[in-house]
Amino acid sequence: MTAADRRVGIVLVSHSREVAESVARLAAGLSGGGDTAPVAAAGGTPDGGLGTSSDLVSAAAASVDRGAGVAVLVDLGSAVLTVKALLAEGDELPEATRLVDAPFVEGAVAAVVTASAGADLDAVVAAASEAYAYRKE
Amino acid sequence: MLDADFFRRWMTIAAAVIDREADRLTELDSPIGDADHGSNMQRGFAVVRASLDKEPPDTPGAVLMLAGRQLISTVGGASGPLYGTLLRRAGKALGDAAEVSGADLARALRTGVDAVAALGGAAPGDKTMLDALVPAVDAFGEGDFTAARAAAEHGAEATIPLLARKGRASYLGERSIGHQDPGATSSALLFGALAEAAGAGE
Repeated sequence: MTAADRRVGIVLVSHSREVAESVARLAAGLSGGGDTAPVAAAGGTPDGGLGTSSDLVSAAAASVDRGAGVAVLVDLGSAVLTVKALLAEGDELPEATRLVDAPFVEGAVAAVVTASAGADLDAVVAAASEAYAYRKE
Repeated sequence: MLDADFFRRWMTIAAAVIDREADRLTELDSPIGDADHGSNMQRGFAVVRASLDKEPPDTPGAVLMLAGRQLISTVGGASGPLYGTLLRRAGKALGDAAEVSGADLARALRTGVDAVAALGGAAPGDKTMLDALVPAVDAFGEGDFTAARAAAEHGAEATIPLLARKGRASYLGERSIGHQDPGATSSALLFGALAEAAGAGE
């Protein structure tokens, strides 16, 4: 397996399917196109409503796990609590899965760009968290 | 002593009570939340009841762990991981004993409530489910089901004048004052169901 096959996976968990999918597209689009790290959106409930589905989160994490770890970015409320609860149980998510404390959109872009460049999980998490430091005024 | 039948009865009664009170929970969640607490809890507990019927676990701990797991995966709102964590941690704390005492349950519920506080980062007084859960567990002692129910109900009512500091209601600031917290209300329903399962009188 080459290094490119073992990139960190990114999961984007939002209350809304549209938000999660759009941010995933945005982040992949801004990471230079071509061969990006695996990104999966887990937004809304299975029936398309607003909320968080632990099944969708688990499936998304499994789908991007290449053995290099999975970084999970979340928006708010039940998205945060659901991922924390899943991590606390220990057996629902791939082994090296981390909840990233980061702004959702900016953090997702930073995470996908660094993961696509082949950075390890610590570096991906750090890059996403550093997005908080970017001041807009 | 309390066996697996007792815990299944608790969850079955809880499902019926939540079903009956779902509209009221959603109504409470309308002015300060996103008006889905009743329907979310109703969906979660219906699945809990169905899965306990389908494959009844044979220990108290296993009943609560299965119920908690179903709530995390089916509720869809913040109450899913919160109540799911409460029941799973309590279930885990009960271990694989076939029967547990009131004192065992008291310790397990305390462990579960502590886990809820850690997960949500809330404290009593923040206008959350903890405002019913903490006094209920304090009052439960070594198995006083009636006192726990009364404390939970009182705690839920006492959220009315509080300012919300966690969750969506906290965005409303002062406008959250004057409304009873839906999460504290459903917590009181769960302690009501627990008392009913134990046969405690009104």
